[in-house]
Amino acid sequence: MSNSFYREIINEHNLRPIHKHILPRAGLSHRGINPSCGDDITLQLTIKDGVIAEGAYVGDGCAISQASADMMLDLIIGRTPEEALRLADIFLRMIKGKVTDNEVEELEEAGSLQDISHMPARVKCAVLAWHTLEKILEAEDP
Amino acid sequence: MAEMNIREDFPIFRDNPSLVYLDNAATTQKPSCVIEAVRHFYECDNANPLRGLYDLAQRATAVYEDSREAVAEFIGAAGPEEIVFTRNASESLNLVAYSYGTFLKEGDEILISVMEHHSNLIPWQQLAARSGAVLKFIECGIDGRITEEAFRAAFSSRTKIVSMTQISNVLGIRNDIRTFARLAHEAGAVFVCDGAQSVPHIPVNVQDLDVDFLAFSGHKMLAPMGIGVLYGKKALLEKMPPFLTGGEMIEYVTREGATWAELPHKFEAGTVNAAGAVGLKTAIEYYRKVGFDAIQKREEELSELAFDVLSRVPHLHIMGGNTAKEHNGIFSFSLDGVHPHDIAEILNADGVCIRAGHHCAQVLMQHMNVPSTVRASLAFYNREEDILRLSQSLSTVRRRMGYVE
Repeated sequence: MSNSFYREIINEHNLRPIHKHILPRAGLSHRGINPSCGDDITLQLTIKDGVIAEGAYVGDGCAISQASADMMLDLIIGRTPEEALRLADIFLRMIKGKVTDNEVEELEEAGSLQDISHMPARVKCAVLAWHTLEKILEAEDP
Repeated sequence: MAEMNIREDFPIFRDNPSLVYLDNAATTQKPSCVIEAVRHFYECDNANPLRGLYDLAQRATAVYEDSREAVAEFIGAAGPEEIVFTRNASESLNLVAYSYGTFLKEGDEILISVMEHHSNLIPWQQLAARSGAVLKFIECGIDGRITEEAFRAAFSSRTKIVSMTQISNVLGIRNDIRTFARLAHEAGAVFVCDGAQSVPHIPVNVQDLDVDFLAFSGHKMLAPMGIGVLYGKKALLEKMPPFLTGGEMIEYVTREGATWAELPHKFEAGTVNAAGAVGLKTAIEYYRKVGFDAIQKREEELSELAFDVLSRVPHLHIMGGNTAKEHNGIFSFSLDGVHPHDIAEILNADGVCIRAGHHCAQVLMQHMNVPSTVRASLAFYNREEDILRLSQSLSTVRRRMGYVE
C-alpha cells in the first residue's frame, strides 16, 4: 500500500474498528476463512423491515482483512440486502481492476482498498468480508 | 569466504544488487554454473536416458547416472543404487509412506514429531487412515527441543516407523537424529529423516547417522526445482514394492503381469528429470568448491548477527531457542499487534523478501499457540547488509501500522 493516505484509513479501521464486536441477537451469522493465510471473520447481520438494521464482525487476521470488514459494515448498515449485494459486486470488481471511478466513489472508505488490485497476494484478505456478505445474504434469499 | 565473489556467481543478485533475499528455507537462488549445466544438457546431451542405444542416448544416461553417484557420495550412501531421484522431498516422503507403508498393519504405530512440515505429516496421516495404523506425536518444548524422554514417552513396542526432520523449517532447531535413529532401531522400527532443511546447510552422512531413509529437495540447495532425492538402505528398498508404475521401471512385462527393474530404477517410473539431476550434481560441485566448512562458518556468523539484531527490535518475539546456535539460520517471529501478512507487505515495499504464514507446519503452530509468524531464513550468500536492512525495516513496521511506538 504505497499511498500513505489510504494506509492511514486502513490502519484506523484495523486499530480502532467501529463494528468489531458480537451482536447478541443477530438474525444471520456466517464465518469466512482464508485457509492459506489464516484470516478468519464471523459476520453477523440483523435484517428488519427489509433493511440491514444491525451488523458486526469478530475475527483475527491481517489489517487489510479486518479493516475491509469494518469499512464494509460502515457502508451497508441501513441499506437493503439488494443494495448491499450491488455494492459487494462493485467492490469485487474493483479488486479485479474492472470498475469506473463513479462506482469507486459509491464504496466510500472501502474504495481505499482499490490499490489491492495490484497486489495479488492480498486479494484474498480484502475480499474475505465481502464474499462472506454474499454468502450470508444469498443464503437468506428465498 | 570472499563474499563479493560469491554474489557474482548468482545472476539474480548481479541483476538486482539491492535484492534482500531472506527466504532460503523456501528455496535458494541458483548459481550460473547450475543454470549453465541445465542448458548444456538440453543443448548437447539431450535424449531419453536409460533406453536408447545410440551414442546421444548413452551420453544422456551417463550424465544422469553420474549425478546419482555424485549424490551418493555427497551424503555418504553405500552405493548409487540407494539413491532414488524424485521431484522433491515431499515426493520422497510419499514414496516411503506408500511403499514401505504397505508393510503396516492395523494397530501398528507411526511416530513423528509435532514440528514436522506438512510433507512429513500428511503422508503418514493418510497411511494411518489407509492401514488402520495409529499416528502418534513426539512433543517438543517451548524452545523447540525434543528430549530423549519425550521420544521414549511417545515410542511403544507397536512403533514401526519413526519420521523426523533434522532441522525444523520453523524453529531452526536441530534434532539429534543419530540418537533417535538408534533408539528406533533398538526397538525394531525404521527411521526416516527429513533432510530438506539440513542437507543444504550441514554435512549429512547417512551411514554416520544410521538413518534408513533420507529425503531432500534439490531446489533448497542451489539446484533446479523438480529434482529431489530419496536415500534408502538397499536391503529395505529391495523388499519394498514400487511406488509409481509404468515405463522404465519394469524388467519384463506380459499380459498378466510384470517383474520390476533393478534398484533404483524400480522407483523411477516414466521419463526422468535428467537435466535436473545434472543441475543437482553441479550444485554439489559448487558446494564442494566453496567448501562446507566455509559455508557453515559464514552461516553461523550471519545467524549470530541476525539473532542479535532481531532481539533488539522492540515488540519482536523470536519463536524457539534463546541462542543463535539453536536456530541454524532460521528465525520465525511475531511483532506485537501486527499481523504477519502486514509485516511481509511492508518489508516487500522495502525490498526485503521474507515468508509469512504457518510455514506448512500448522500442528507446530497449534502446539506453540501462535496463529502464524514471519520467517527470515539465511544462506551463505547473504550479506550483513541484508540482515541490517531486515531489522531496520522491521523497526518501522509498527509506526507504519499506526502505533505510536
